[in-house]
Amino acid sequence: MTGELIVDAVDVHKSFGRVEVLKGVTLKVAPREVVCIIGASGSGKTTFLRTLNALESIDLGQITVNGHRVGFQQDKNGKFVRASEKSLAAVRSEIGFVFQRFNLWPHLTALENIIEAPTRIRGQSRDEAVATAEELLKRVKLSDKRDVYPGKLSGGQQQRVAIARSLAMKPALMLFDEPTSALDPETIGEVLDVMKELAVGGMTMVCVTHEMGFAREVSDRVVMMDGGVILEEGTPEHFFTNPTHERTKQFLSKIL
Amino acid sequence: MIAAVKFDWSVFFDHILPPDGVTRDALYLTLGISVVAQFFGVLFGLISALMQMSKFRILRFMSGAYVWFFRGTPVIVQIFFTYYGANLFLGYDLFPRTAHFPFFSVSGAVLAGAVALAVNEGAYMSEIVRAGIGAVDSGQMEAAKTVGMRRGLAMRRIVLPQAARVIMPPLGNEFNNMLKTTSLLAFISVRELFQDAEIRISSTFKYPEYLAGVAVLYLLLTTLWGFAQKAIERKFSESDRDATMQTRGWAKRNLGRLIGGH
Repeated sequence: MTGELIVDAVDVHKSFGRVEVLKGVTLKVAPREVVCIIGASGSGKTTFLRTLNALESIDLGQITVNGHRVGFQQDKNGKFVRASEKSLAAVRSEIGFVFQRFNLWPHLTALENIIEAPTRIRGQSRDEAVATAEELLKRVKLSDKRDVYPGKLSGGQQQRVAIARSLAMKPALMLFDEPTSALDPETIGEVLDVMKELAVGGMTMVCVTHEMGFAREVSDRVVMMDGGVILEEGTPEHFFTNPTHERTKQFLSKIL
Repeated sequence: MIAAVKFDWSVFFDHILPPDGVTRDALYLTLGISVVAQFFGVLFGLISALMQMSKFRILRFMSGAYVWFFRGTPVIVQIFFTYYGANLFLGYDLFPRTAHFPFFSVSGAVLAGAVALAVNEGAYMSEIVRAGIGAVDSGQMEAAKTVGMRRGLAMRRIVLPQAARVIMPPLGNEFNNMLKTTSLLAFISVRELFQDAEIRISSTFKYPEYLAGVAVLYLLLTTLWGFAQKAIERKFSESDRDATMQTRGWAKRNLGRLIGGH
Protein backbone atom coordinates (compact mmCIF):
# COMPACT_ATOMS: atom_id res chain seq x y z
CA MET A 1 0.00 0.00 0.00
CA THR A 2 2.76 2.37 1.01
CA GLY A 3 4.38 1.99 -2.37
CA GLU A 4 1.38 3.49 -4.08
CA LEU A 5 1.09 6.47 -1.81
CA ILE A 6 3.14 9.60 -2.23
CA VAL A 7 2.58 10.67 1.36
CA ASP A 8 1.92 8.20 4.13
CA ALA A 9 2.08 9.94 7.48
CA VAL A 10 0.97 7.89 10.45
CA ASP A 11 0.30 9.16 13.97
CA VAL A 12 2.72 12.08 13.77
CA HIS A 13 3.53 13.76 17.07
CA LYS A 14 5.60 16.87 17.56
CA SER A 15 6.27 19.12 20.52
CA PHE A 16 8.04 22.44 20.80
CA GLY A 17 9.29 22.40 24.35
CA ARG A 18 6.27 21.54 26.47
CA VAL A 19 3.71 22.47 23.86
CA GLU A 20 2.50 19.54 21.81
CA VAL A 21 1.60 21.00 18.40
CA LEU A 22 0.90 17.74 16.61
CA LYS A 23 -1.05 15.15 18.57
CA GLY A 24 -1.18 12.21 16.21
CA VAL A 25 -1.77 13.28 12.64
CA THR A 26 -2.41 10.66 10.00
CA LEU A 27 -2.63 11.62 6.35
CA LYS A 28 -2.33 9.61 3.17
CA VAL A 29 -1.98 11.21 -0.23
CA ALA A 30 -2.23 9.23 -3.44
CA PRO A 31 -0.36 10.15 -6.65
CA ARG A 32 -1.90 13.08 -8.55
CA GLU A 33 -4.04 13.96 -5.58
CA VAL A 34 -4.39 17.57 -4.42
CA VAL A 35 -4.99 17.96 -0.70
CA CYS A 36 -5.68 21.28 0.98
CA ILE A 37 -5.10 21.64 4.68
CA ILE A 38 -7.12 24.36 6.35
CA GLY A 39 -7.51 25.44 9.94
CA ALA A 40 -6.97 28.35 12.27
CA SER A 41 -3.49 29.58 13.02
CA GLY A 42 -1.94 27.52 15.77
CA SER A 43 -3.77 24.41 14.61
CA GLY A 44 -0.49 22.77 13.60
CA LYS A 45 -1.05 22.73 9.84
CA THR A 46 2.20 24.48 8.89
CA THR A 47 4.21 22.41 11.36
CA PHE A 48 2.71 19.24 9.92
CA LEU A 49 3.56 20.32 6.38
CA ARG A 50 7.14 21.01 7.45
CA THR A 51 7.51 17.55 8.95
CA LEU A 52 6.80 16.04 5.54
CA ASN A 53 10.22 17.07 4.24
CA ALA A 54 11.93 17.01 7.63
CA LEU A 55 12.21 20.76 8.06
CA GLU A 56 10.81 19.78 11.45
CA SER A 57 11.76 16.51 13.08
CA ILE A 58 9.03 14.44 14.66
CA ASP A 59 8.87 12.91 18.12
CA LEU A 60 6.64 9.97 17.37
CA GLY A 61 5.00 8.36 14.38
CA GLN A 62 6.19 7.61 10.90
CA ILE A 63 6.27 9.54 7.66
CA THR A 64 6.91 7.98 4.29
CA VAL A 65 7.18 10.21 1.25
CA ASN A 66 7.70 8.83 -2.21
CA GLY A 67 8.88 5.56 -0.70
CA HIS A 68 11.41 7.10 1.71
CA ARG A 69 11.08 7.04 5.47
CA VAL A 70 11.49 10.76 6.17
CA GLY A 71 14.20 11.47 8.73
CA PHE A 72 15.51 7.91 8.67
CA GLN A 73 17.66 5.73 6.51
CA GLN A 74 18.43 2.02 6.51
CA ASP A 75 21.83 0.88 7.71
CA LYS A 76 23.70 -2.17 6.38
CA ASN A 77 21.44 -4.54 8.29
CA GLY A 78 18.29 -2.91 7.02
CA LYS A 79 17.60 -1.29 10.37
CA PHE A 80 16.24 2.24 10.33
CA VAL A 81 18.59 4.78 11.85
CA ARG A 82 18.46 8.56 12.00
CA ALA A 83 19.09 9.95 8.52
CA SER A 84 22.43 11.49 7.68
CA GLU A 85 22.44 14.99 6.27
CA LYS A 86 23.24 13.51 2.90
CA SER A 87 20.24 11.20 2.78
CA LEU A 88 17.96 13.95 4.12
CA ALA A 89 19.12 16.19 1.31
CA ALA A 90 18.48 13.44 -1.23
CA VAL A 91 14.91 12.92 0.00
CA ARG A 92 14.24 16.66 0.12
CA SER A 93 15.44 17.10 -3.44
CA GLU A 94 12.41 15.03 -4.55
CA ILE A 95 9.97 17.23 -2.62
CA GLY A 96 9.18 20.77 -3.70
CA PHE A 97 8.45 23.28 -0.98
CA VAL A 98 6.94 26.73 -1.47
CA PHE A 99 7.18 29.16 1.42
CA GLN A 100 4.78 31.82 2.51
CA ARG A 101 7.63 34.34 2.28
CA PHE A 102 9.04 32.99 -1.03
CA ASN A 103 12.63 32.81 0.28
CA LEU A 104 14.11 33.42 -3.13
CA TRP A 105 17.85 33.98 -3.00
CA PRO A 106 18.20 37.74 -3.45
CA HIS A 107 21.76 37.67 -4.80
CA LEU A 108 20.76 35.48 -7.74
CA THR A 109 18.57 36.37 -10.71
CA ALA A 110 15.29 34.57 -11.37
CA LEU A 111 17.06 32.23 -13.79
CA GLU A 112 19.98 31.64 -11.44
CA ASN A 113 17.58 30.84 -8.62
CA ILE A 114 16.04 28.13 -10.76
CA ILE A 115 19.22 26.53 -12.14
CA GLU A 116 21.16 26.58 -8.86
CA ALA A 117 19.95 23.23 -7.50
CA PRO A 118 19.79 21.30 -10.80
CA THR A 119 23.37 22.23 -11.66
CA ARG A 120 24.83 21.89 -8.16
CA ILE A 121 22.94 18.85 -6.98
CA ARG A 122 21.72 16.95 -10.03
CA GLY A 123 24.91 17.69 -11.90
CA GLN A 124 23.06 19.01 -14.95
CA SER A 125 25.07 21.02 -17.43
CA ARG A 126 24.37 24.73 -17.39
CA ASP A 127 22.84 24.62 -20.87
CA GLU A 128 20.50 21.82 -19.95
CA ALA A 129 19.46 23.53 -16.73
CA VAL A 130 18.95 26.86 -18.47
CA ALA A 131 16.76 25.24 -21.11
CA THR A 132 14.58 23.68 -18.42
CA ALA A 133 14.50 26.92 -16.45
CA GLU A 134 13.40 28.92 -19.47
CA GLU A 135 10.60 26.47 -20.06
CA LEU A 136 9.53 26.77 -16.44
CA LEU A 137 9.67 30.56 -16.58
CA LYS A 138 7.40 30.40 -19.60
CA ARG A 139 5.04 28.16 -17.70
CA VAL A 140 4.78 30.64 -14.83
CA LYS A 141 4.58 33.48 -17.40
CA LEU A 142 7.77 35.24 -16.38
CA SER A 143 10.01 34.72 -19.38
CA ASP A 144 10.68 38.46 -19.51
CA LYS A 145 11.97 38.41 -15.92
CA ARG A 146 14.67 35.86 -16.65
CA ASP A 147 17.60 38.05 -15.62
CA VAL A 148 15.88 40.13 -12.97
CA TYR A 149 16.82 39.97 -9.30
CA PRO A 150 14.08 39.03 -6.83
CA GLY A 151 14.20 42.49 -5.26
CA LYS A 152 12.78 43.93 -8.48
CA LEU A 153 9.87 41.50 -8.65
CA SER A 154 6.43 41.83 -7.09
CA GLY A 155 5.40 39.34 -4.45
CA GLY A 156 3.32 37.35 -6.89
CA GLN A 157 6.16 37.23 -9.37
CA GLN A 158 8.60 36.14 -6.68
CA GLN A 159 6.29 33.37 -5.61
CA ARG A 160 5.96 32.14 -9.19
CA VAL A 161 9.74 32.06 -9.53
CA ALA A 162 9.88 30.16 -6.24
CA ILE A 163 7.45 27.60 -7.64
CA ALA A 164 9.58 27.30 -10.78
CA ARG A 165 12.66 26.84 -8.60
CA SER A 166 11.00 23.89 -6.87
CA LEU A 167 9.74 22.41 -10.12
CA ALA A 168 13.22 22.47 -11.62
CA MET A 169 14.12 19.54 -9.39
CA LYS A 170 11.24 17.55 -10.93
CA PRO A 171 9.69 16.77 -7.55
CA ALA A 172 7.30 13.89 -6.95
CA LEU A 173 5.37 16.06 -4.52
CA MET A 174 4.85 19.77 -4.04
CA LEU A 175 4.22 21.22 -0.61
CA PHE A 176 2.76 24.73 -0.32
CA ASP A 177 2.87 26.61 2.96
CA GLU A 178 0.28 29.40 2.71
CA PRO A 179 1.74 30.46 -0.63
CA THR A 180 -0.55 33.47 -1.07
CA SER A 181 -0.79 34.75 2.50
CA ALA A 182 2.03 37.27 2.12
CA LEU A 183 0.79 38.61 -1.21
CA ASP A 184 -1.08 41.75 -2.20
CA PRO A 185 -4.65 40.81 -3.10
CA GLU A 186 -4.17 41.69 -6.78
CA THR A 187 -1.29 39.24 -7.23
CA ILE A 188 -2.87 36.28 -5.45
CA GLY A 189 -4.72 35.23 -8.58
CA GLU A 190 -1.63 34.80 -10.72
CA VAL A 191 -0.07 32.45 -8.17
CA LEU A 192 -3.25 30.44 -7.77
CA ASP A 193 -3.49 30.14 -11.54
CA VAL A 194 -0.03 28.59 -11.66
CA MET A 195 -0.99 26.20 -8.88
CA LYS A 196 -4.19 25.26 -10.67
CA GLU A 197 -2.29 24.46 -13.83
CA LEU A 198 0.07 22.29 -11.82
CA ALA A 199 -2.85 20.44 -10.30
CA VAL A 200 -4.47 19.92 -13.68
CA GLY A 201 -1.13 18.66 -14.97
CA GLY A 202 -1.22 15.86 -12.44
CA MET A 203 1.17 17.11 -9.78
CA THR A 204 0.67 15.65 -6.34
CA MET A 205 0.16 18.59 -4.01
CA VAL A 206 -0.38 19.30 -0.35
CA CYS A 207 -1.35 22.92 0.27
CA VAL A 208 -1.78 24.69 3.54
CA THR A 209 -4.01 27.54 2.51
CA HIS A 210 -6.61 30.08 3.48
CA GLU A 211 -7.82 30.33 -0.10
CA MET A 212 -11.15 28.60 0.21
CA GLY A 213 -11.98 29.25 -3.42
CA PHE A 214 -8.87 27.37 -4.45
CA ALA A 215 -9.57 24.55 -1.99
CA ARG A 216 -13.10 24.21 -3.28
CA GLU A 217 -12.28 24.39 -6.95
CA VAL A 218 -8.98 22.53 -7.24
CA SER A 219 -8.53 20.12 -4.38
CA ASP A 220 -9.61 16.52 -4.31
CA ARG A 221 -9.74 16.49 -0.56
CA VAL A 222 -9.89 19.11 2.17
CA VAL A 223 -8.43 18.44 5.59
CA MET A 224 -9.39 20.54 8.58
CA MET A 225 -6.85 20.67 11.38
CA ASP A 226 -7.61 21.89 14.85
CA GLY A 227 -5.57 21.71 18.03
CA GLY A 228 -2.91 19.48 16.53
CA VAL A 229 -5.19 16.83 15.09
CA ILE A 230 -7.15 16.32 11.91
CA LEU A 231 -10.68 17.19 12.89
CA GLU A 232 -12.38 16.36 9.67
CA GLU A 233 -11.57 15.52 6.10
CA GLY A 234 -13.57 15.00 2.97
CA THR A 235 -14.34 16.17 -0.52
CA PRO A 236 -14.73 19.89 -1.07
CA GLU A 237 -18.47 19.42 -1.62
CA HIS A 238 -18.85 17.75 1.72
CA PHE A 239 -16.74 20.38 3.37
CA PHE A 240 -18.29 23.50 2.05
CA THR A 241 -21.90 22.35 1.99
CA ASN A 242 -22.27 20.03 4.90
CA PRO A 243 -19.37 19.97 7.38
CA THR A 244 -19.81 17.56 10.27
CA HIS A 245 -18.14 19.37 13.12
CA GLU A 246 -19.38 22.46 14.84
CA ARG A 247 -15.78 23.72 14.96
CA THR A 248 -15.47 23.38 11.18
CA LYS A 249 -18.72 25.25 10.65
CA GLN A 250 -17.50 28.04 12.90
CA PHE A 251 -14.19 28.25 11.11
CA LEU A 252 -15.75 28.28 7.67
CA SER A 253 -18.33 30.86 8.62
CA LYS A 254 -15.56 33.15 9.79
CA ILE A 255 -13.39 32.73 6.76
CA LEU A 256 -15.92 32.54 3.91
CA MET B 1 62.50 81.00 27.69
CA ILE B 2 60.86 78.77 25.22
CA ALA B 3 63.02 77.92 22.32
CA ALA B 4 61.26 78.13 19.01
CA VAL B 5 60.92 74.67 17.55
CA LYS B 6 62.99 74.39 14.47
CA PHE B 7 61.26 72.27 11.92
CA ASP B 8 63.61 71.25 9.15
CA TRP B 9 61.36 71.22 6.13
CA SER B 10 64.15 69.98 3.90
CA VAL B 11 64.26 66.72 5.87
CA PHE B 12 60.54 66.45 5.45
CA PHE B 13 60.57 67.02 1.72
CA ASP B 14 63.75 65.04 1.00
CA HIS B 15 62.79 61.89 2.86
CA ILE B 16 59.10 61.82 3.58
CA LEU B 17 57.18 63.51 0.80
CA PRO B 18 57.95 61.87 -1.49
CA PRO B 19 59.46 59.07 0.56
CA ASP B 20 63.05 58.18 -0.24
CA GLY B 21 64.01 54.63 -1.22
CA VAL B 22 64.34 53.28 2.30
CA THR B 23 61.12 54.82 3.54
CA ARG B 24 59.35 53.62 0.44
CA ASP B 25 60.43 50.07 1.28
CA ALA B 26 59.09 50.59 4.79
CA LEU B 27 55.81 51.85 3.33
CA TYR B 28 55.52 48.81 1.10
CA LEU B 29 56.31 46.56 4.05
CA THR B 30 53.56 48.18 6.12
CA LEU B 31 51.10 47.78 3.28
CA GLY B 32 52.21 44.24 2.48
CA ILE B 33 52.01 43.00 6.04
CA SER B 34 48.61 44.67 6.44
CA VAL B 35 47.16 43.01 3.35
CA VAL B 36 48.55 39.58 4.18
CA ALA B 37 47.55 39.76 7.84
CA GLN B 38 44.06 40.99 6.95
CA PHE B 39 43.62 38.28 4.33
CA PHE B 40 44.53 35.51 6.74
CA GLY B 41 42.60 37.26 9.50
CA VAL B 42 39.45 37.02 7.40
CA LEU B 43 40.22 33.38 6.64
CA PHE B 44 40.79 32.50 10.31
CA GLY B 45 37.71 34.48 11.27
CA LEU B 46 35.61 32.57 8.75
CA ILE B 47 36.89 29.23 10.00
CA SER B 48 36.34 30.25 13.60
CA ALA B 49 32.82 31.52 12.88
CA LEU B 50 31.90 28.26 11.13
CA MET B 51 33.34 26.29 14.03
CA GLN B 52 31.21 28.38 16.34
CA MET B 53 28.11 27.18 14.53
CA SER B 54 29.18 23.54 14.44
CA LYS B 55 27.12 20.86 16.12
CA PHE B 56 30.32 19.54 17.68
CA ARG B 57 30.85 20.99 21.09
CA ILE B 58 34.61 20.68 20.97
CA LEU B 59 34.82 22.87 17.87
CA ARG B 60 32.57 25.49 19.43
CA PHE B 61 34.72 25.42 22.53
CA MET B 62 37.96 25.81 20.58
CA SER B 63 36.56 28.73 18.65
CA GLY B 64 35.29 30.35 21.82
CA ALA B 65 38.65 29.93 23.55
CA TYR B 66 40.44 31.39 20.54
CA VAL B 67 38.28 34.49 20.44
CA TRP B 68 38.41 34.85 24.21
CA PHE B 69 42.18 34.68 24.41
CA PHE B 70 43.11 36.86 21.45
CA ARG B 71 40.58 39.55 22.20
CA GLY B 72 41.47 39.43 25.86
CA THR B 73 45.21 40.05 25.66
CA PRO B 74 47.08 43.00 24.14
CA VAL B 75 48.22 42.47 20.60
CA ILE B 76 51.71 43.66 21.52
CA VAL B 77 51.97 40.80 24.04
CA GLN B 78 50.79 38.39 21.36
CA ILE B 79 53.43 39.71 18.98
CA PHE B 80 56.18 39.17 21.54
CA PHE B 81 54.89 35.71 22.38
CA THR B 82 54.78 34.74 18.74
CA TYR B 83 58.30 35.92 17.99
CA TYR B 84 60.14 35.12 21.21
CA GLY B 85 57.81 32.68 22.97
CA ALA B 86 59.14 29.45 21.55
CA ASN B 87 62.69 30.44 22.40
CA LEU B 88 61.85 31.63 25.90
CA PHE B 89 59.73 28.67 26.88
CA LEU B 90 61.03 25.80 24.79
CA GLY B 91 64.50 26.89 23.87
CA TYR B 92 64.25 26.94 20.11
CA ASP B 93 63.32 29.52 17.50
CA LEU B 94 60.00 29.09 15.81
CA PHE B 95 60.84 31.51 13.03
CA PRO B 96 64.00 31.29 10.91
CA ARG B 97 66.31 34.25 10.49
CA THR B 98 65.10 34.54 6.93
CA ALA B 99 61.91 32.96 5.63
CA HIS B 100 62.00 31.96 1.97
CA PHE B 101 58.89 31.93 -0.19
CA PRO B 102 58.66 31.04 -3.89
CA PHE B 103 59.16 34.58 -5.17
CA PHE B 104 60.50 36.50 -2.22
CA SER B 105 62.14 36.26 1.19
CA VAL B 106 61.37 38.11 4.39
CA SER B 107 62.99 38.22 7.79
CA GLY B 108 61.71 35.93 10.51
CA ALA B 109 60.48 38.97 12.42
CA VAL B 110 58.28 40.07 9.52
CA LEU B 111 56.83 36.59 9.23
CA ALA B 112 56.26 36.33 12.98
CA GLY B 113 54.67 39.78 13.00
CA ALA B 114 52.33 38.96 10.13
CA VAL B 115 51.34 35.69 11.79
CA ALA B 116 50.64 37.38 15.12
CA LEU B 117 48.56 40.13 13.51
CA ALA B 118 46.64 37.63 11.37
CA VAL B 119 45.79 35.39 14.31
CA ASN B 120 44.76 38.39 16.40
CA GLU B 121 42.66 39.78 13.56
CA GLY B 122 41.01 36.40 13.09
CA ALA B 123 39.53 36.64 16.57
CA TYR B 124 37.86 39.95 15.74
CA MET B 125 36.79 38.82 12.28
CA SER B 126 35.26 35.71 13.82
CA GLU B 127 32.70 37.85 15.63
CA ILE B 128 32.10 39.99 12.55
CA VAL B 129 31.56 36.99 10.28
CA ARG B 130 29.29 35.38 12.86
CA ALA B 131 27.16 38.51 13.04
CA GLY B 132 27.07 38.65 9.23
CA ILE B 133 25.87 35.08 8.93
CA GLY B 134 23.35 35.70 11.69
CA ALA B 135 21.93 38.64 9.74
CA VAL B 136 20.93 36.42 6.83
CA ASP B 137 17.29 35.38 7.15
CA SER B 138 16.92 31.77 8.27
CA GLY B 139 14.48 31.22 5.39
CA GLN B 140 17.42 31.42 3.01
CA MET B 141 19.04 28.33 4.48
CA GLU B 142 15.66 26.60 4.65
CA ALA B 143 14.97 27.25 0.99
CA ALA B 144 18.37 25.78 0.17
CA LYS B 145 17.57 22.70 2.22
CA THR B 146 14.23 22.16 0.51
CA VAL B 147 15.83 21.85 -2.91
CA GLY B 148 18.25 19.29 -1.52
CA MET B 149 21.33 21.30 -0.69
CA ARG B 150 23.54 20.15 2.12
CA ARG B 151 24.66 22.63 4.73
CA GLY B 152 28.13 23.20 3.35
CA LEU B 153 26.93 23.93 -0.16
CA ALA B 154 24.10 26.12 1.09
CA MET B 155 26.53 28.03 3.27
CA ARG B 156 28.93 28.61 0.39
CA ARG B 157 26.42 29.41 -2.33
CA ILE B 158 23.51 30.99 -0.50
CA VAL B 159 24.35 32.26 2.97
CA LEU B 160 27.93 33.52 2.76
CA PRO B 161 27.45 35.69 -0.37
CA GLN B 162 24.64 37.45 1.47
CA ALA B 163 26.54 37.62 4.74
CA ALA B 164 29.38 39.29 2.83
CA ARG B 165 27.17 42.34 2.35
CA VAL B 166 26.91 42.74 6.08
CA ILE B 167 30.54 41.87 6.75
CA MET B 168 32.17 44.29 4.32
CA PRO B 169 31.75 47.64 6.14
CA PRO B 170 33.22 46.45 9.45
CA LEU B 171 35.87 44.63 7.45
CA GLY B 172 36.84 47.99 5.94
CA ASN B 173 37.24 49.43 9.41
CA GLU B 174 39.30 46.47 10.48
CA PHE B 175 41.69 47.03 7.59
CA ASN B 176 42.02 50.69 8.49
CA ASN B 177 42.99 49.53 11.98
CA MET B 178 45.37 46.96 10.62
CA LEU B 179 47.29 49.56 8.61
CA LYS B 180 48.10 51.36 11.84
CA THR B 181 48.52 48.36 14.12
CA THR B 182 51.44 47.11 12.04
CA SER B 183 53.44 49.91 13.72
CA LEU B 184 53.65 47.66 16.78
CA LEU B 185 55.98 45.40 14.80
CA ALA B 186 58.63 48.07 15.41
CA PHE B 187 59.04 46.39 18.80
CA ILE B 188 60.37 43.24 17.16
CA SER B 189 62.63 45.22 14.81
CA VAL B 190 60.55 45.04 11.68
CA ARG B 191 61.49 48.06 9.60
CA GLU B 192 58.00 49.15 8.75
CA LEU B 193 57.05 52.84 8.72
CA PHE B 194 57.26 53.53 12.42
CA GLN B 195 60.49 51.63 12.98
CA ASP B 196 61.94 53.42 9.97
CA ALA B 197 61.10 56.76 11.57
CA GLU B 198 62.58 55.70 14.90
CA ILE B 199 65.82 54.61 13.31
CA ARG B 200 66.14 57.92 11.51
CA ILE B 201 65.34 59.86 14.66
CA SER B 202 67.98 58.05 16.64
CA SER B 203 70.65 58.86 14.08
CA THR B 204 69.59 62.44 13.20
CA PHE B 205 67.70 63.66 16.28
CA LYS B 206 65.20 65.19 13.86
CA TYR B 207 62.36 64.13 16.11
CA PRO B 208 59.49 66.39 15.02
CA GLU B 209 60.25 66.00 11.32
CA TYR B 210 60.18 62.23 11.26
CA LEU B 211 57.36 61.91 13.75
CA ALA B 212 55.18 64.26 11.72
CA GLY B 213 56.38 62.53 8.58
CA VAL B 214 55.37 59.06 9.68
CA ALA B 215 51.96 60.36 10.73
CA VAL B 216 51.49 61.85 7.26
CA LEU B 217 52.39 58.56 5.61
CA TYR B 218 49.91 56.60 7.72
CA LEU B 219 47.28 59.23 6.94
CA LEU B 220 48.05 58.79 3.28
CA LEU B 221 47.48 55.03 3.50
CA THR B 222 44.26 55.26 5.50
CA THR B 223 42.92 58.08 3.33
CA LEU B 224 43.52 56.13 0.15
CA TRP B 225 41.84 53.13 1.70
CA GLY B 226 38.94 55.36 2.71
CA PHE B 227 38.50 56.43 -0.92
CA ALA B 228 38.67 52.82 -2.03
CA GLN B 229 35.98 51.89 0.47
CA LYS B 230 33.72 54.71 -0.72
CA ALA B 231 34.25 53.77 -4.34
CA ILE B 232 33.23 50.22 -3.58
CA GLU B 233 30.09 51.44 -1.83
CA ARG B 234 29.15 53.70 -4.70
CA LYS B 235 29.68 51.05 -7.30
CA PHE B 236 27.42 48.65 -5.49
CA SER B 237 24.64 51.08 -4.77
CA GLU B 238 24.42 52.08 -8.45
CA SER B 239 22.41 49.05 -9.42
CA ASP B 240 20.45 48.70 -6.27
CA ARG B 241 18.67 45.41 -6.47
CA ASP B 242 17.06 45.68 -3.09
CA ALA B 243 13.37 45.94 -2.53
CA THR B 244 12.54 42.87 -0.56
CA MET B 245 16.05 41.85 0.32
CA GLN B 246 15.87 39.44 3.15
CA THR B 247 18.79 40.67 5.19
CA ARG B 248 19.03 43.94 7.05
CA GLY B 249 21.07 47.12 6.71
CA TRP B 250 23.10 48.94 4.20
CA ALA B 251 25.58 46.30 3.23
CA LYS B 252 23.09 43.69 2.17
CA ARG B 253 22.26 45.73 -0.88
CA ASN B 254 25.74 46.41 -2.00
CA LEU B 255 28.47 44.05 -1.11
CA GLY B 256 27.21 40.55 -1.72
CA ARG B 257 28.08 40.94 -5.36
CA LEU B 258 31.72 41.43 -4.54
CA ILE B 259 32.08 37.99 -3.02
CA GLY B 260 28.99 36.32 -4.42
CA GLY B 261 30.47 36.65 -7.86
CA HIS B 262 27.30 37.22 -9.86
